[in-house]
Amino acid sequence: MSEENTSSNKDSISNVIVIALGVCLFCAVVVAGSAVALKERRVENKALDKSKNVLIAAGLFQENVTQMSEINTLFEQFEQRVVDLRTKRLLTADEVAVVAADNQLNFGQYDQRKAAKDPSLSMALTDAQDMASINRREHYALIYLLRSEVGIDRIILPVHGYGLWSTLYGFIALEGDGNTVSGITFYEHAETAGLGGEVDNPTWKAKWQGKRIYDDQGQVAMRVMKGSVDPSSAEADYQVDGLSGATLTSRGVENMIGYWLGDEGYGPILKNFNG
Amino acid sequence: MSNVKEILFGPLFSNNPIGLQILGICSALAVTTKMSVAIVMCIALTVVTAFSNLFISMIRNRIPSSIRIIVQMTIIASLVIVVDQVLGAVAYDISKQLSVFVGLIITNCIVMGRAEAFAMQNPPGLSFLDGIGNGLGYSVVLMSVAAIRELFGSGSMFGIEILPLVSQGGWYTPMGMMLLPPSAFFIIGLLIWALRVWRKEQVEAAEFKIGPHTAMSHS
Repeated sequence: MSEENTSSNKDSISNVIVIALGVCLFCAVVVAGSAVALKERRVENKALDKSKNVLIAAGLFQENVTQMSEINTLFEQFEQRVVDLRTKRLLTADEVAVVAADNQLNFGQYDQRKAAKDPSLSMALTDAQDMASINRREHYALIYLLRSEVGIDRIILPVHGYGLWSTLYGFIALEGDGNTVSGITFYEHAETAGLGGEVDNPTWKAKWQGKRIYDDQGQVAMRVMKGSVDPSSAEADYQVDGLSGATLTSRGVENMIGYWLGDEGYGPILKNFNG
Repeated sequence: MSNVKEILFGPLFSNNPIGLQILGICSALAVTTKMSVAIVMCIALTVVTAFSNLFISMIRNRIPSSIRIIVQMTIIASLVIVVDQVLGAVAYDISKQLSVFVGLIITNCIVMGRAEAFAMQNPPGLSFLDGIGNGLGYSVVLMSVAAIRELFGSGSMFGIEILPLVSQGGWYTPMGMMLLPPSAFFIIGLLIWALRVWRKEQVEAAEFKIGPHTAMSHS
């Protein structure tokens, strides 16, 4: 390695090939090695982050909980259900088993984002349908239910939609009536820090609590306003303050809610919870 | 020994990669809205620069000049992928905030610039120190910019509230401008100005001289 070579030797064709192959081989081994060695931790972190966000949306997350085991214990309170977004139905355990076998899916490790890109597990949306600008929608979604003695306490739904620069991925939690918002959170987005990125601001997220999604006719009435909500307005129950300086992100969030909680998304399922 | 000191600490102020060489500006704009994110970026860049210098220097006498850039790129890219993977495994939340910018260390001119300018001519030990030194030089600027941007943009430092914000019931109205990339340009410009006022020798010679003003005389 430290031996001095004459420059002609160094630039010979054979040396070019030897060095190119050697460097590629060595780098490939290092990269592959680290990827394999760290894969488990990365996958765990990702799953944990998602569980954490379901908890945040449901309002069950405490800031001081950082241990993986504690998050998992909290997360076990949820009942995970599979929704067929084509037929707008909550699948029973038997149906889930059939779907899983047909598509070789394991819903314990179902990656909804990957599914949305897989032609066999998703459908393309027409421009008219595609309110949230997501291009394709997966057939199956995983939702989380939290039960109490009296019935369903919380319904946590995964949502995503395009903001200004990026697709925002998050969860919205509704109360048992399938209408009142109990929380919203985003676990992945790349909006401008300080402007659209304020979707992560706890103060703003807290404004969603107690708001209502559907009006008396059962239509999605939720709006993200430009500026502040007038509290005396009759519509104030259905409105959330917009993010200042982030009109397009705010609109993206509104469209996301409109799509996922509307008739194309979970709307029909939520109505069945009611009656 | 003074040579080692010069290599390690020279890039801090007298030969700063951002301040004097004007390299690596891109990431300085992108990841300096929060200090906690910026510091992870600094560590990542320092590690990549140091090890890419080390490895490239180790094989510098065997790298054919015809494919030297691509060999350097391969080594740098591999290191960046490893760093990205480690961050994803160890500091998931921060790696989420850094998003693409760790990957973009590959295109950071400091890494490539040091490999080409230093590691190709110097022994591995010194090259490694040169990488650390330049990483530190980058870090000094990045952390200064991040401190200013986070303090005035979000009223906090390392996420700890310094100036209570109006939105949280305090008195400070944050400067939204500070959170947008152009503010980093202005701050870096001002820092370079300050640096060159302090270290006059860094001022470049003017490329041309403005001629004297010759007014038309009326007689």
